[in-house]
Amino acid sequence: MAYTKRVDGRKIDEMRPMEAKVGVVDRATGSAMFKIGKTIAVAAVYGPRDLYPAHLQNPSRGVLRCNYNMMAFSGSGDRVRPGPSRRSKEISLVTEKALLPSLDLSAYPGGVIDVYVELIQTDAGTRCAGITAAAMALADAGIPMKELVSAVAVGRVGGTIVLDLNKEEEDYEGHATDIATAFTTRSGQVTLLQMDGPVTKEELKKALELAREGCQKIKELQVKAIKEKYGTKNGGEE
Amino acid sequence: MGKILVNENEIVVPGQELAEGMDYLPGDDVYREKDHLYATKIGIIKLSGRLVKLLPLTGSYMPRRGDNVIGKVVNVGLGGWRLDIGWMFEANLSVKDASSEFIERNADLSKFFNYGDWIVAEIINVTSPRYVDITVKGPGLRKLGPGRIIHVSPSKVPRIIGKQGSMITMIKDSTGCKITVGQNGMAWIHGEDPEKEIIAVKAIEKIQAESHIPGLTDRIKEFLERGQ
Amino acid sequence: MTSIIKQHLLSTLEKGFRLDGRKTDEYRTVTVEYGISSKSAEGSAKATIGNTQVIAGVKMEVGKPYSDKPNEGTIMVNAELLPLSNPDFESGPPGIESIELSRVIDRAIREGHAIDFKKLCIKEGEQMWTVIIDIYPINDDGNLFDAGALAAMAAIKDAKFPKVEADKVVYGELTNKKLPVEALPMSCTLIKIGNHIIVDPTIDEWNSSDARLTMGILEDGTLCSLQKGGDMPLTIEEVDEMVSIATKKTKELRKVLK
Repeated sequence: MAYTKRVDGRKIDEMRPMEAKVGVVDRATGSAMFKIGKTIAVAAVYGPRDLYPAHLQNPSRGVLRCNYNMMAFSGSGDRVRPGPSRRSKEISLVTEKALLPSLDLSAYPGGVIDVYVELIQTDAGTRCAGITAAAMALADAGIPMKELVSAVAVGRVGGTIVLDLNKEEEDYEGHATDIATAFTTRSGQVTLLQMDGPVTKEELKKALELAREGCQKIKELQVKAIKEKYGTKNGGEE
Repeated sequence: MGKILVNENEIVVPGQELAEGMDYLPGDDVYREKDHLYATKIGIIKLSGRLVKLLPLTGSYMPRRGDNVIGKVVNVGLGGWRLDIGWMFEANLSVKDASSEFIERNADLSKFFNYGDWIVAEIINVTSPRYVDITVKGPGLRKLGPGRIIHVSPSKVPRIIGKQGSMITMIKDSTGCKITVGQNGMAWIHGEDPEKEIIAVKAIEKIQAESHIPGLTDRIKEFLERGQ
Repeated sequence: MTSIIKQHLLSTLEKGFRLDGRKTDEYRTVTVEYGISSKSAEGSAKATIGNTQVIAGVKMEVGKPYSDKPNEGTIMVNAELLPLSNPDFESGPPGIESIELSRVIDRAIREGHAIDFKKLCIKEGEQMWTVIIDIYPINDDGNLFDAGALAAMAAIKDAKFPKVEADKVVYGELTNKKLPVEALPMSCTLIKIGNHIIVDPTIDEWNSSDARLTMGILEDGTLCSLQKGGDMPLTIEEVDEMVSIATKKTKELRKVLK
């Protein structure tokens, strides 16, 4: 039977309730929190700063270094043993690749921009929540960006393409397809694309278009959060 | 042919479209793609004829020749010192730029500036991001005495100092504090009266929070008067 | 050579003030928020002291009791100094500062008997609960010892036992049974700068301190744990004075928790 009624009552193209806040870690150069459903991510940016060891330095532009970590109690089951896992290292890598196309690091040759993402609570879509928070944190830090980046997961659950899967949907009947995506918000290009599970060519295209629309909605929230920190209540106009 | 898409003093975000058409030119922190101009930072737009300028509200310090900066000595070498000025690389202070006194070869340089000393210096050269040269020879440049060091947003330093120093002088006169503000976002404050020193710090915080709202000078004046 | 910041701190203290206007025995604003990771953790909380923010969470695991304590469960405290929270913290395995923070917070909870280990026994000799408390600073503006301990105690207070089916924990399904908290040991940290003793240091005060003492104190004023840090010594009179101040302060802190 086709999956038409979502487990939490949402429409096919409806995202979970979201919250965003910019400037949550005082000591960082830039920071932000992003919450989608029950997934909560905090991101902090430090830099540009000196990069050791020297052989990691890039003489023509700054290096972006991302570090994704789950708090031990944030998983949906057992305690997550502290320390980097293969999974968290891979997520750190794709987070970097998701953000890099939007950044202009030419002013920082030899230096590094460090981005730390911590998950406080998880309910699917964690790497996407991290990327969304990190993009706001980078803007808050004043790192030149051609555009913002936002991220959301789409998938095929019970044969239906849906937007923003929660954990139940990820685990649905044992064969949901989960596609993590990130888009640059002005030019609408894909900077993160990872998939677990089967999908046809047509389904993928449909899913990506659905994801891009979702990312536009997330971007509106990112912009609102930025203006809340930097502007007056009416958005900073006189 | 061209159209500005934002209001002056409107807060814009990275990637936001500012203007379309080839009539307008991109200033700092603005870029053009095809015939559209976009922002690269969170900031406020100012139009200068056909130039669309962005005044960033964020950002770390980028060293520039002529800037007065406050830095901390992190290395004492044979030919000079290295200072942390809040940039990715340390700034160089050579012996020849340290003092009008003659410093002998092989002198113990830590007698002049030691690890942990805070100094007001001027940037004399930025050869590349890695090579920033500073001097302590010049008016107002010196080793700093006891005081607190606070971090301010480099983008707000011009407002904190004010036109020809008018804002910072108002704070200094009202609170009796000695204050030095570096372009690099470090400020040194020393007040004989600790409570007045706190008022000075709060005034500087207020400037940062409200710099884009008109009438700032009057509000700060009123704040300082209320604080007495 | 003393830094100009420390010199200024000292001369300001001589005049009876701290840089943020607080008195020497005054805490910054202290808040506690419960259940901040309630979907995943069995108990969780966020504590803030001024701008310092720390999050703690409790996970409970079943396992075999130690052979010498067949009718008891146990606790484990792990604090990690996240590079997210302070530009001076580095990525990598826990350094000595992380380890000290973990062990000091553990000591107050364990020696204060906040939890009765016998009540963590499920089946004598066979099954017991381990209560694991993980502590993470989000923003370090000084005094992670007290903020971390407060977050940990709040997370313990927030915790409920998860369901157990066929000897395995069903995470995500909590029973209504709260983790029984027998006592509320509270942590209070004082530092000595020059001749001055001050409570709840900000990051600048912390970096200028000559000596520090973190005390775990129970409701009736009994001390349950102590940790002295810093390069300089303390006199017996100074320790005694710090204990007096801490006894008063922990009473106030405990009100925030209740």
